[in-house]
Order: sequence, then C-alpha cells, then structure tokens
Amino acid sequence: MSKVVIHAIYDDEEPLMASVKSLRSNGFQIKDAFTPFPVHGLDVAMGVPRTRIAICAFIYGITGTCLATLMMWYMMVHDWPTDVGGKPSFAYYMNVPAFIPITFESTVLCAAHGMAITFYLRSWLVPGAKAKNPDPRTTDDKFMMVVETKEENKANLESLLRTGGASEIHYK
Amino acid sequence: MQHESEIREPLILGKKSYHQITEDIVRPIEGKATKYWYMLLTVSIICFLWGIMCLCYTIGTGIGVWGSNNGVDWAWDITNFVWWIGIGHAGTLISAVLLLFRQKWRMAINRSAEAMTIFAVMCAAIFVLLHTGRPWLDYFLFPLPNQFGSLWVNFNSPLMWDVFAVSTYFSVSLVFWYTGLVPDFAMIRDRAVKPMAKKMYGLLSMGWGGSARHWSRFEEVSLVLAGLSTPLVFSVHSIVSTDFATSVVPGWHTTIFPPYFVAGAVFSGFAMVLTLLLIMRKIYRLENYITIKHIEYMNIVIIVTGSIVGVAYLTELFISWYSGVEYEQYAFLNRATGPYWWAYAMMMTCNVVSPQLFWSKKLRTNLMFTFVMSIIVNIGMWFERFVIIVPTLCRTFLPSTWNMYHPTFVDIGIYTGTIGMFFTFFLLFTRYFPVIAQAELKSIMKSSGQEYKEKAAHSHDEAQH
Repeated sequence: MSKVVIHAIYDDEEPLMASVKSLRSNGFQIKDAFTPFPVHGLDVAMGVPRTRIAICAFIYGITGTCLATLMMWYMMVHDWPTDVGGKPSFAYYMNVPAFIPITFESTVLCAAHGMAITFYLRSWLVPGAKAKNPDPRTTDDKFMMVVETKEENKANLESLLRTGGASEIHYK
Repeated sequence: MQHESEIREPLILGKKSYHQITEDIVRPIEGKATKYWYMLLTVSIICFLWGIMCLCYTIGTGIGVWGSNNGVDWAWDITNFVWWIGIGHAGTLISAVLLLFRQKWRMAINRSAEAMTIFAVMCAAIFVLLHTGRPWLDYFLFPLPNQFGSLWVNFNSPLMWDVFAVSTYFSVSLVFWYTGLVPDFAMIRDRAVKPMAKKMYGLLSMGWGGSARHWSRFEEVSLVLAGLSTPLVFSVHSIVSTDFATSVVPGWHTTIFPPYFVAGAVFSGFAMVLTLLLIMRKIYRLENYITIKHIEYMNIVIIVTGSIVGVAYLTELFISWYSGVEYEQYAFLNRATGPYWWAYAMMMTCNVVSPQLFWSKKLRTNLMFTFVMSIIVNIGMWFERFVIIVPTLCRTFLPSTWNMYHPTFVDIGIYTGTIGMFFTFFLLFTRYFPVIAQAELKSIMKSSGQEYKEKAAHSHDEAQH
C-alpha cells in the first residue's frame, strides 16, 4: 500500500491546534508541525514526548562540578601544595570555601555549553544544514502540519483538514 | 492561549498581524542604511581606531604610559573594567531573570540588551587583559601545564575566580544570545532575495525550520539557560567585588561589596540599555514595539536599583564610623572630603539624587528626560568605580606613598576606544541582526497586542450586558 505525505497549511495557530487534536482523535499520526513561533501545548497535542534535554543539562552540570573539584584538588593539594599568605593547602576540605566560586562557574559552564551542544546536534542544527521547513512561509506567518497516511485514508483526512480550517493542502 | 488582564497596558501597539511583525523587524536589515547610521558608525570607528592606536602604544611601550603609579596601581583600567562588566549585567538580567519571572515586556528589549552584554564584556576583557602589563603572557591566567615545573595558578585568589567567572559569563551569554537568534535568522533566510544574504543567513540559522519538536527543545534550553544565567550573573559581579573586598585595604575590606556591586551593575546596565534603545527605536521606527510602557518599566528598575545603591553608600559611611577603626573612617572621610571630593560629589548626585526624580510619572514617561538621565547614571556609575579605586589608593597606610593620579592621553584614548568599539559593534548588530526577538514577540501578539486586547475587552463588555 502506497503512502502519501500531506502538507496542510493554516493561517493561524488556533485552527492548527484544533486540527491536530481532531486528527489525533480520529487515529491519525501527525508527523511534524512547523510554526513561526513556539505554540504552547502543540507538542503535547501532537503526542511528542517531553524533551529530556534538561536531564542532560543536569548531568553535564554535575560533571562540571566534579571536574572543577578534581582539578583544584590535584593542582592545589596533591601536585604542588603552596602556602599563600599563611593559608596552606594541606587538605581539600580546609580550602573548600575558596574553591566554591570556581566550582560553581565550572558547573554552569559545563551545563550551559553541554546542553547547547546537545540541543544543536540532536536537532541537527549545524552550519550548512538544509532548511528543515518545507515551506519558507512557516517562519513568517503560516503554520504547517505534516501528516503521513495510507492512500485509502486520503479522502477522509482531506475532509478533516478542510473542516479544521486548513487554507492549503499539498500532496508530496 | 494565555489570557492577560485588561488593565495591563498592551506591549505591541497598533494593528499588527504576524506578517506585519516580520516586516517591521526585517525593515532595517533589508532596507538601506540611513545617513544617521553612517554618521554614527563613522564616529564610532574613528574612536575605535584611536583606541587601537593607544592600545598598541601601551603594548609596545608598557603600562608606564598610563597615569597609574606606584601608589595608585589600579586606576582607569580597573575602573573601566568594572564599569563595562556592570553594564553587561542588565542584558542577562533582562533576558534571564525576567524570563524566569515571566515578564513579557522583556521580549521587545532582550535581544539588543544581550547584544549589549556581549559587546560590553568584550570591552571589559580588553582592560583585564591589558592591565597585567605583559598581555602576551595572559595565558598564565589559565591552569595550563607549563614548563616551569608544576607551577599552577592559585585557586584561592579572587583574581583567579574572576578569570573563570568572566570567561564563563561571556561564553554562556554568547550561547544564550545565539540560540535565541537562530529562529529569527531562519525567518530572514526564508525571505531573503539576494543570493549572498540567503547564503549568509542560511549559514547563521543552521537549518532551523521551526518544527514542533525543535521548539519544545528550544523552549527548554531557553528556560534552563535562564536558570543557569541568573545565579551566574549575580556571581560574576560578586566575584568582581571580592577582588576588592578580600584585600586588606581600608575602604575595600567590606562585606557589603557583593550585593552593592550587583545592584550597581544592574543600575548602570539598565541606563545603558535605555541610551541604546531610545536611539534605536527612533532610527528604526520601533515605537510600536518598544513603547513608553517599556521605557517606564526600565525606569522603575532604575529607581529600585539606584535606591539600593544609595542605601549601600550610606551604610558604608555609617559602618565605617560605627566600626571605630580609624583607618576605615579616614578612607571614607577622604573619599568625601579629600582631593577627589568632586568625584564623590559627582557619584552621589548622579547615582543617589537624580534617579529619585523618576518617582514622578511625568518624568519617567518623558523620553528626552529619560535619555539625559540614562547618560547621567552612566557617568555616575563610572565615578563610583573611580571613587572606590583611586581616592582609596592615593591615601593608604603609609603617608610617604601618598600621591595623586592623573590620567594620560593613553588612558583616555583606550577608554574612548572601547566606547567606539562598543558602538561600532552595536551599530553593525542593528544593521544585520534582527534587533527584536520576533518569534517570541509573535507568541504574545494575541495576549498583549493592542488590537487583540481591545477586541477582548469589547467582547467582555458585551457579554456583561
């Protein structure tokens, strides 16, 4: 059975939302949606699982904390303990108050950059990547829904999209 | 869609559609630059070039060409460093703290405020890198393995904390700013006609398409970055203040420094945002997006932070008297009545007295007055850092080391040069980058746009009758 990909274009975000909901309740899967700005609740309506990128950020942050701790322990306490201004570095716990600022900065540095890199790579946003939106108008004021379905459901889907308020329907 | 109370004033004026917002934001990029833009750019570049000349002279000859001397060994370099870093703080405050507090008025100003942050931190970096005296050895600041045995940096030193804080702050701000720019670059790419523009914005937008999955990640990234930037911005200026506070110099060795520096940073930063935005909204005709209400909100932040700074000044004075330490008492007496009394008077007038005028609604909604005030506050905050550094160092424990400080033309030149660099970068930014976060702005058009608000109020009235 051959499959068809349908690009439905909407002029506003409300009909898009309503259409996504009605299609989902009729058993259709929405492949993707392209909007000029974040439409709140659209990902939930489409059934997109919540992003786990914040968990990544937490892990990167903890890594930063550990790296900074290890670095300062190694350099100040283990490798070459110096006595600056009568404040010797005999043990890590003795100097830890002075190490807090850099530990914090390193945590933020690793969490922020790690998360940003993950975001760009996971979404494959890299210099030279091809524009991911099939229609250039979706970064301006149009909203697009991409649905993939079997040939026999085409008519049913089209009527659902039309009643949902789609202004244009294209077959790919 | 989110509902917003009717009594809140609209944040987007006039009859706007999504497409109209696009048109308004790309107009400065797609259109021709005005002659004001070229004039401002020429002046900025001349200042910038003069700064580069003075910088080269300093590197070639040594920092003996500055006015700094044996007693006053920190002077304009650190004054300018703290001033620029402080200015940077408003950008992060607007984009991160106001995002966490869900303040929608940030959306019209966050992009340019963050750009300001990045350029201001670059200017600040010039001074820290230069004040070491041998800037070609600045890599010593980083904990790198080296050929001198295991000679590591001293992590107990606030100067070391500063290296980490400022570099983290700069790179995280840059990433935060750029991530926000990606969808807007994509919008410009998708409507660009000239092949060169299409290629450049295509590269910059990195293939962004606005997919629902990407938006949901994008929003999560913005939120977490805001959450990370908020403590970061407070830590940066707190650490800058510990450069002073952990020393044993009377007048610097005070625990009030971190909160007082942070409040001062936000205060001066908002003033600089106002200076820039008042010009920008006029030149690029963005009055419908950066409204009088936005200006008023910023002026309110100026009253609050200006008052905190005022309280800090008075607390310092009181504590120096109450401490009973005569060196501490002398340090403050010297600031107010010593050879640099005029700088102290300047600081008090500009930072404590003048912002109080904003209690009047008439004045804080007056654009010309706000513009003049924003410059006064910036002057005042520069003098604050000058008062902390120079008068303190020119009268330390040993009277035989007492001497005056006079800036040389090189000091003035490098400072002018950073101002030139700052404005050059900012002007180029306004010409080639979307100055308003249009994607974010579109998401609040229906809840905070004037036309939609009036419509909602109208239908609400009818429902009641």
